[in-house]
Amino acid sequence: MIRLVVVLAALLGVAAPAAAAPDSACEVAAQHARTDFRLPQVARAIADKKLDIVVVGSASSALIDSKKAYPARLEAKLASKLPGVAVRVQTFARPRETAAEMDQALPQILATAKPALTIWQTGTVEAMRRVDADDFSSTLEKGIERIKAAGSDVMLINPQYSPRTELMMDAPQYAEAIRIVALQHEIPVFDRFAIMRHWGELGTFDLNEITKKIDMAAKVHACLGALLAGMIVDSANLPAEPAQGNNK
Amino acid sequence: MNRILAKDTISPQPVPVPAGPPRDPARPPPAKPLPTAPAERDLRLDLFRGLALWLIFLDHIPSNVMSWITIRNYGFSDATEIFVFISGYTAAFVYGRAMRERGPIVASARILKRAWQVYVAHIFLFVIYMAEIAYLSTSFENPLYAEEMGIFDFLRQPDVTLLQALLLKFKPANMDVLPLYIMLLAGFAPFIWLLLRNPTGALAASAVVYILAWNFDINLPAYPGGTWVFNPFAWQLLFGFGAWCALGGAERLGALIRSRWVLAIAIAYLVFAFAIVMTWYFPRYSTYVPRWLSDWMYPIDKTNLDVLRFAHFLALAVVVAWLCPRDWPYLKSRWVRPAILCGQHSLEIFCLGVFLAFAAHIALQEISASVLMQVVVSVVGIVSMIGAAWLLSWYKQVEGRTPGSRSTSNADLAGGEA
Repeated sequence: MIRLVVVLAALLGVAAPAAAAPDSACEVAAQHARTDFRLPQVARAIADKKLDIVVVGSASSALIDSKKAYPARLEAKLASKLPGVAVRVQTFARPRETAAEMDQALPQILATAKPALTIWQTGTVEAMRRVDADDFSSTLEKGIERIKAAGSDVMLINPQYSPRTELMMDAPQYAEAIRIVALQHEIPVFDRFAIMRHWGELGTFDLNEITKKIDMAAKVHACLGALLAGMIVDSANLPAEPAQGNNK
Repeated sequence: MNRILAKDTISPQPVPVPAGPPRDPARPPPAKPLPTAPAERDLRLDLFRGLALWLIFLDHIPSNVMSWITIRNYGFSDATEIFVFISGYTAAFVYGRAMRERGPIVASARILKRAWQVYVAHIFLFVIYMAEIAYLSTSFENPLYAEEMGIFDFLRQPDVTLLQALLLKFKPANMDVLPLYIMLLAGFAPFIWLLLRNPTGALAASAVVYILAWNFDINLPAYPGGTWVFNPFAWQLLFGFGAWCALGGAERLGALIRSRWVLAIAIAYLVFAFAIVMTWYFPRYSTYVPRWLSDWMYPIDKTNLDVLRFAHFLALAVVVAWLCPRDWPYLKSRWVRPAILCGQHSLEIFCLGVFLAFAAHIALQEISASVLMQVVVSVVGIVSMIGAAWLLSWYKQVEGRTPGSRSTSNADLAGGEA
């Protein structure tokens, strides 16, 4: 219901002026970047002063200029949040890659990069191709098991919120599948869809903007990277207790 | 408007909770026409179908703040269940009578004609949809959405897209209900033929199809991938159950529905569903859901009409039947009149709702997507639906008075639409 309250506030015109300060503008959506699930491997890696992260999945992580895309932003933000830790974020995302194709490519990526955390952004290509949601869920489950078996934590990222294509692709259906799979495997989801929709509602970013320029996209990615970094550090710092007392 | 059915040859009980004295539970003799007391139309059917149409419209506008008031956010089932159940109910009402009075051939022809009308309506909506997409695709440019732009690829191959749409395989988002309805009607003739002879057998057959669809994953294929969003082999159970209720089933269930125990169980189940759904919005509470329960419960499958959804609809129906009995005074109130009017012209208003949802999407894209705008397009949409329904009623009434016009009593009784 938090969303409703925020929305009502926006309706009454009490929302903060759009994009005043970039960081605080991102923060309005911070409530969607919370989790109760721990990332034990990340906690261990931080303790060992060496944090390797891979981003896998389809290509909405990419921008023409990869330094402006969220994986690079995430790396920078994590490095500043975790002084003394060698942070490295590698991207193995490929355009139009389905979860099933990604799952095939996973063993090699895991073997070479040996990440403490695998961030898997998925669902977009499935929504475009209308892949059967059950098949999608079972592919995800297989991949998650594979990643966990390789000694890496997993975090899922759901599709972007894309107002113009909303009538054409049912992203929420796949976001829902992702949410349920994550819940069952007790892994965090970075709810990119809700975050971006929140920004759209508040006018933080004009997601309808028709432009060839990269400016707005770069700002969005900077925000996503910052929120993602916050969520990763927070869930690594969670006490071990609640996550384990989870299934009584 | 006169809603009395004068020459009713059957004993339709369009009431989940009949007001009259309990009848013999033996099935009514279908072959012998029996003159019975005039059955007054059950306005509750129209009212709830009208409300369902509004909710479907609100849910169809993407990312609409107003969709927070719709029932899908507070339980497992949503407006689709209401719509399909009531459509089954009214279809049985109209075509059951046709089958008795005119025989199976004529009745089947009428059912197929109706399916054809729905098909034409669906294709018409598809053309409007394509126009909107084509328009949006030309004005869509943003590096942020480089990947999502791929969705417009299908515009480049109309030979495939249009053919798949005509085959009901390519169905854009929000356009899944009418194809389901077409399939339900297409298979309805043999079902109602059996229903009139052996109601229990017909319902059992419907349940068997449902179970087979679940066990063997039977569904129709879709394009470009996957299967139908609403599996007709699963959803026919709800449609068939509605039909069964219309032709005496509700009466047979009467005592059960009125039982306090059933009511208590229904309320308990609704509360349970509400609590579960709340954990979706407040994930921190999901830790209170025991693991065995979530393992057993999820996923709650909409495509195949999960048993939990079906049960949720039944529980809702029991509570609603208890809250608003057939002679509920508010049914005559002018405040519920708009919803009733919409429910009486369900096909037209449903199609209008789909179109209005497209229009609302365009308005949100091109003018503003602010929350205020979302509220405005939602309200304007519902007011337009009411206005159109009022116009349709008015026209029907005017035309009905002209000598020589064809009788519309059939359709009138069933809420205009089957």
